[in-house]
Amino acid sequence: MDAVFDNLDLFVDGFLTSLRIIVIAMIGSLLLGVVIAACRVSPVPPLRAFGTFWVTTFRNTPLSVVLFACAFGLPEIGINRSFFFFGVLGLVLYTSAFVCEAVRSGINSVSAGQAEAARSIGLNFSQGLRFVVLPQALRTVVPPLGSVIIAMMKNSAVVGAFGVGGDLWSTGATLTSARGLETLPVYVGGVAVGYLIITLSAGALLQLLERRVAIAR
Amino acid sequence: MSQEQSVLYDAQGPRARRRTLIGTVIAVLALLGLAFVVVRRLADRGQFSMELWGPWIDPSNEAFDSVWRLVGEGIVNTLKAAAVAMVLSVVLGTIIAVARLSLGRGGRLPLIVVTEILRGLPVVVLIYIGVRVLDDVGVDLGGLPGGQVFWGLIIGLTAYNMVIFAEIVRAGVASLPKGQREAALATGLTQGQTMRIVLLPQAFRTMLPAIISQLVVVLKDTSLITFIANYDELLSQGESIQRNLDNPIQTFFIIGLIYIAMNYALGRLAQYIQRRQAQAGRAQGQPTETVGLTPATTGTVGGGA
Repeated sequence: MDAVFDNLDLFVDGFLTSLRIIVIAMIGSLLLGVVIAACRVSPVPPLRAFGTFWVTTFRNTPLSVVLFACAFGLPEIGINRSFFFFGVLGLVLYTSAFVCEAVRSGINSVSAGQAEAARSIGLNFSQGLRFVVLPQALRTVVPPLGSVIIAMMKNSAVVGAFGVGGDLWSTGATLTSARGLETLPVYVGGVAVGYLIITLSAGALLQLLERRVAIAR
Repeated sequence: MSQEQSVLYDAQGPRARRRTLIGTVIAVLALLGLAFVVVRRLADRGQFSMELWGPWIDPSNEAFDSVWRLVGEGIVNTLKAAAVAMVLSVVLGTIIAVARLSLGRGGRLPLIVVTEILRGLPVVVLIYIGVRVLDDVGVDLGGLPGGQVFWGLIIGLTAYNMVIFAEIVRAGVASLPKGQREAALATGLTQGQTMRIVLLPQAFRTMLPAIISQLVVVLKDTSLITFIANYDELLSQGESIQRNLDNPIQTFFIIGLIYIAMNYALGRLAQYIQRRQAQAGRAQGQPTETVGLTPATTGTVGGGA
């Protein structure tokens, strides 16, 4: 375990960089995912088709392929950015498809009678959405959306393995390959523990949140 | 489709239909504009040249045969790893599920801890541990057919997926009517026989769609080995092809399409089985658990992994 404690500052740096990737990707994928979900439930057919196309594409492609396509494909058409940018971009694109599906299933879980009742008492579309459909949809959407986000946190390790540099995974890679430390303590004691701290505490937070928004149906 | 929308709006009247039409026109124009910008950009950079596409689509190209042979090998290796990992995960997952269901409180606790740890780790870390760390601490997998990297990958994938399957099977057993178990015990079957002959077969039937959906995740995760070691699966093959031919956009486009085709087919299969089971359940006049169960489980375990 000395390998971990001697290099604790490196691991803490890596941990913080991983958190940064996670926070940016979380905001990005939530925003993009909600937009795609709005497309998928909209009354306009071409937008629905676009949403379906997006989800089918990114849900069925491995994240690693998305990352390769971003980092090697985009420079070919003149978009040159850092690996960090491409890594986070790939993670956002990939996760947005799952966010979209979680949000859409939440909206669909509200029974049609609720919206019909809202309309029959004279609420217009936006009022019905704001006061009746969305408050209920948000509650059902919390658990699946939470697990999508936790999966995204784990996937940030793939972005690290792809090579953004400086995150938890890269810290492990540097210590083992450049400094020749043993892989067992570095990866099991350092990298794995770092990710466990992130995912387990996120899981605990999610449970707390679920209990707060839980309703008896 | 029409059923999905009914939550948000009624059948449309003339005014709403007109608005939808206007929206449709605007959306089509916007999407076409977007497509135009992308295509224009690709064309400007010469990305449609036969020099770049030739190896993929022109049979007379000298690289055509070897490129598709490499991809063919890649697909076979990807499917092989996914299939082996899948079978092992289902077997071990079932054992874990049965143990968790039948052990007492004290016996369950370590299983719960292991489950939480394995589920909380990124698969790519588990694959690294399977391939590199095990090798470094002297576990010799090289003697097995397929070699050390293959089995390291299998161990990583299995470690992650077996606990997810355990949860799926556990949910499947829990969803069965209580009378099944009681009736089996009443006819004189032992606890073990009840599980084996009565509960598990029914649970597997209900969980089949969830199991197939998880296969999509396993299949995608095999590509993670690219970052860790040499195993000639689909993505690794694509990566070395584009390094040689210097056509990343075309190569990853094709590789992506192949993954999408495989996974889309699996996803449709899962949907088909689920729908058939739901119909069978209705025909027998009993509410089926499949419908409610599958989205929930795939939501918690499959999401984005």
